[in-house]
Amino acid sequence: MAESPTTRASTGRKPVGALLGVVPFFAYTTIFLGIPTLIVVVGAFLDGSGRPTLGNLSALAQPQIVSAFVHSTVLSAVTAVLGAVFGALLAYAVSTAREGGLMRRLVASLCGVLAQFGGVTLAFAFVATVGFQGFLTLWLQKVGIDLAGSTWLFEPTKGLILVYTYFQIPLMLIVFLPAVEGLRPQWREAAESLGGSTWNYWRHVAGPILAPSFIGAILLLFTNAFSAYATAKALISQGSPITPLQIGGTLSSEVILGQENIGKAMALGMVAIVAVIMTLYAVLERRTTRWLGR
Amino acid sequence: MKLRAARRRKQTIFRRVVVGLISLFFALPLLGMVEFTTRAPGGGRTLDTWATLFDLGAMDQDYPELKAGILASAGLTVLTVAIMLVMLVPTMTWVRLRLPGMRRLVEFICLLPLTIPAIVLVVGLAPVYAWVAYLLGESSLWLAFAYVVLVLPYAYRALDAGLSAIDVKTLAEAARSLGAGWPTVMWRIILPNVRTAVLSAAFLSVALVLGEFTIASLFSRDNLQVAINLLSKRDASLAIAAALAALILAFVVLLAMSFVGTGRRSQRPEEN
Repeated sequence: MAESPTTRASTGRKPVGALLGVVPFFAYTTIFLGIPTLIVVVGAFLDGSGRPTLGNLSALAQPQIVSAFVHSTVLSAVTAVLGAVFGALLAYAVSTAREGGLMRRLVASLCGVLAQFGGVTLAFAFVATVGFQGFLTLWLQKVGIDLAGSTWLFEPTKGLILVYTYFQIPLMLIVFLPAVEGLRPQWREAAESLGGSTWNYWRHVAGPILAPSFIGAILLLFTNAFSAYATAKALISQGSPITPLQIGGTLSSEVILGQENIGKAMALGMVAIVAVIMTLYAVLERRTTRWLGR
Repeated sequence: MKLRAARRRKQTIFRRVVVGLISLFFALPLLGMVEFTTRAPGGGRTLDTWATLFDLGAMDQDYPELKAGILASAGLTVLTVAIMLVMLVPTMTWVRLRLPGMRRLVEFICLLPLTIPAIVLVVGLAPVYAWVAYLLGESSLWLAFAYVVLVLPYAYRALDAGLSAIDVKTLAEAARSLGAGWPTVMWRIILPNVRTAVLSAAFLSVALVLGEFTIASLFSRDNLQVAINLLSKRDASLAIAAALAALILAFVVLLAMSFVGTGRRSQRPEEN
């Protein structure tokens, strides 16, 4: 009895009261996500003394900045495709193992570590293996192959591709395994009972079902490689052949007068490229969700 | 039946070949680290580097930055997971219960960090962190604020899957009608029901925080990866040993967490 007026009153106040519940979340994300993004976007159009300018954006046309963007894009695209192909094979192989078995658990945990943990450790691992004093380098020297003759390991179109692929494959496994697990054995049996071969099954059943997730995963991998900083930073001590290193350079060292905000312009360029990729990803994911009815 | 048996045999062979070859690719660099850290000056094998690494007293004396980095990373892991859970679980539950119209907005914000590379975030966070340092001091622990943003997309996805699997509304209404306040609903009704999702969100956060280098390094703060990178300038062999030890530790932590998560699930097979 005494309850009903309060209930009615609170129903009337509901929107305001309910909105209070999400204030902490919005406050937090505004401070640590919204404001930093705004600083980058606005800063890209301001000069050193705070006046609006397009100078930062036109400075992006400098040859070394363009070449860094090209290197970053090529590196990310190649490692995304390589990582996706090998990661998908691994995911399918793992999905045929018993569910909840030790092998799955080991592979999942190992991939979790290797995908996120790359960074500095990974750079060290490759230096210790195929660097100038690496064991594979020394071993291959004995059979006449010289890996130490050039700086290939530190070049974005050679060594970095190898190193980046190392953390792309585990990430692919993590994002693609749920999709492969969504393939029901009944579909294969149905295809077989209709006289379909293994090729028919992959071409007409599994392939089309997995295609959106696969392409979506490639886009995610692209973003992942595009954003990576730690591995390259620990591996490359001289020069900044890729964009994240150049942006890092503008933060930690002095920049040319009049181009204080060029780092922000480069950052904006990265966001623009990633935004295009992620929009594609969102569209694809919506389709996947609809197809699989999940 | 015969077809299925033949296929299973083929799948087993395929699985072993693929997993074997890719494992080899994964194992070689790790082996490289083991090999490098056990090299003796003369050309033989020695465990001196590892003995130095685990001689905690001497390490503390000679390389104090490593200890500082380990402590900072441990603190950051706990703080990041705590802020992430305290902020996300109630907000996401609340939005499901009272503000369903806001779900897409919250999802958009949570997934936004995927489109903003960490390096870009650093550029924008620099002025924000100038304020953080002014208000709270220079401690490395405050990096957790930025790390929460980095883990948002992964944590959101994990928690969203968990909350979708239970009937939040009915559970909350039942608890409320029995006289429970909102804190009780969160703590004793929602949280125990999404424990697996909470664990998997925490799992990803732990891996990400332990491996984070970009933000800490550019803001000149301490954490494990920054310390290891610094160590490599003084003693490459020791730094590689420390990196490998950290990797193994993270792997053990994640493997242990995967068992805790599934232990719960196997008790209740009806929940998917």
